[in-house]
Formats: sequence, C-alpha cells, structure tokens
Amino acid sequence: MNDDGVFQALADASRRTLLDRLHRRNGQTLNELCAGLDMTRQAVTKHLSILQGANLIAVQRQGREKLHFINPVPINEIAERWISKFQRHHLRALSELKKALEEDDHE
Amino acid sequence: MSEAAQSTFVYVTYIRTSPATLWSALLKPEFTQQYWYGMQMISDWKPGASWKLVFADGRIGDTGEVLEIEPPRRLVIRWHNEFRPELKAEGPAKCMFELEPTGDVVKLTITHTSVKADSKLIVAVSGGWPKILSNLKTLLETGKPLANERL
Repeated sequence: MNDDGVFQALADASRRTLLDRLHRRNGQTLNELCAGLDMTRQAVTKHLSILQGANLIAVQRQGREKLHFINPVPINEIAERWISKFQRHHLRALSELKKALEEDDHE
Repeated sequence: MSEAAQSTFVYVTYIRTSPATLWSALLKPEFTQQYWYGMQMISDWKPGASWKLVFADGRIGDTGEVLEIEPPRRLVIRWHNEFRPELKAEGPAKCMFELEPTGDVVKLTITHTSVKADSKLIVAVSGGWPKILSNLKTLLETGKPLANERL
C-alpha cells in the first residue's frame, strides 16, 4: 500500500518470478503457480501473502478456487511518481537506443 | 484453470476517503471528468438502466446497462465497446466496482471480465485503469488530479 512495502516486495527474485508468471497468464491458482517452480508450496504461499500485502496481487474466489491476479496499480503509482515527471519519452528513446546498440554488438 | 475461457483483469487501490465520497466520484460526471481523461458515465443508475461512457468531445466510447447497483458498495455494468470495430466485435464484457471500507481507507476493486479468452478489450482497458485509478486516488486525497498528459 505504501512505496516501502512495494519496493520490499519487489526486492526478491522469487516474488518477481511469481509476478512474471501472473503477467504471462493472469488468474492462476496456488497449484498452478507452484507447478514447475523450484520452491516449496509453503514458500510460494508466503511470497504470495507478501505480494498481496503490498497490493501487487489481488485474490478472488471463483467457485471453490482462489485465483491470483497481478494488480498493476501500485507499480503505476511508482511510475507516475518516479518516471513520468522525468519525461518518460526521453527514457523510452534511450532504452530503445540501448537495445538497438546491444543487438548490434551480438551480430 | 477452471474459467479458462475468460479474460479477467483485477485492479485494487486503497483510497483515504469514505465510501459515499468514492461512490459519487465514480458516478458523477463533474468528478469523473477530472480524473478519467474528460470522460463521463451517463445512466439513470437503476438495475436494467442503459449506461454509456462518453468522451469529452461527445463521442460515445462504450455502451451497456446497469446489471447490479447497491450504493455505496457495488456496481456491475455490462460493457460493450463502440468506438473500435475489433473490440466491438468481441461482444459485451462485464465491469464490476466493489467498495469495502477498512479503517479510514476504502478498498476499491475493479474487475473487468470478458467471456472471450485473450480478449483485446481487456488488454485495451488494462492500459487505462491503473492511470485512471492513480488519478482518482490523488484527486480524492489531495483535492487535485495528477497532471493529465493525455488530455
């Protein structure tokens, strides 16, 4: 809910992996999120509760299942506060330049 | 996944305000125009009433009807895009607003669902809702909307 909580929740590779998985496919159950991950079910549950506490995921009940959804609102607030005011389009141009130059290096 | 055929996005924000103030901010044109890029929702706000979302220049963005209304807790709208042919072709989606007071803040949850898997409408609205909600939160908590680059 506050910026500290969001940054702390994001400062962990396992939690970012869980968010990436929800970004690829939104609305997954705990079982689906655990599948193929090198983490115990308890660890995934703990990480999900930290992400939920930071409002980065929302949990909804559908029938007998609890589905996890990525909630982009807190990340947008951080972007508005820390990025928009520093001219997002300049930053985008720079990151495109970096991408283009780095792709050239690999050729 | 049980509801595999659906596309759903969920947006949650906590706003330091009362459910009644947040409810008016969601429904009243003089409020929505300040945080929703000049748009307004027009309806008689009764179950079954027609509903439309209108751009600042008067064009109609979306139409539908009020499916459920329970002030100041819950509003469900059948949401049909009108201004982008590829989105209109998908048929109606459903948008649910839920307000839950917790302490001195209100938890606002917006759930936008299309019966179509990989809905383009849901992807299109997913770019808009986070910005609209950040604007709304700033407006209610400080009395001023965020600087609106897109206006």
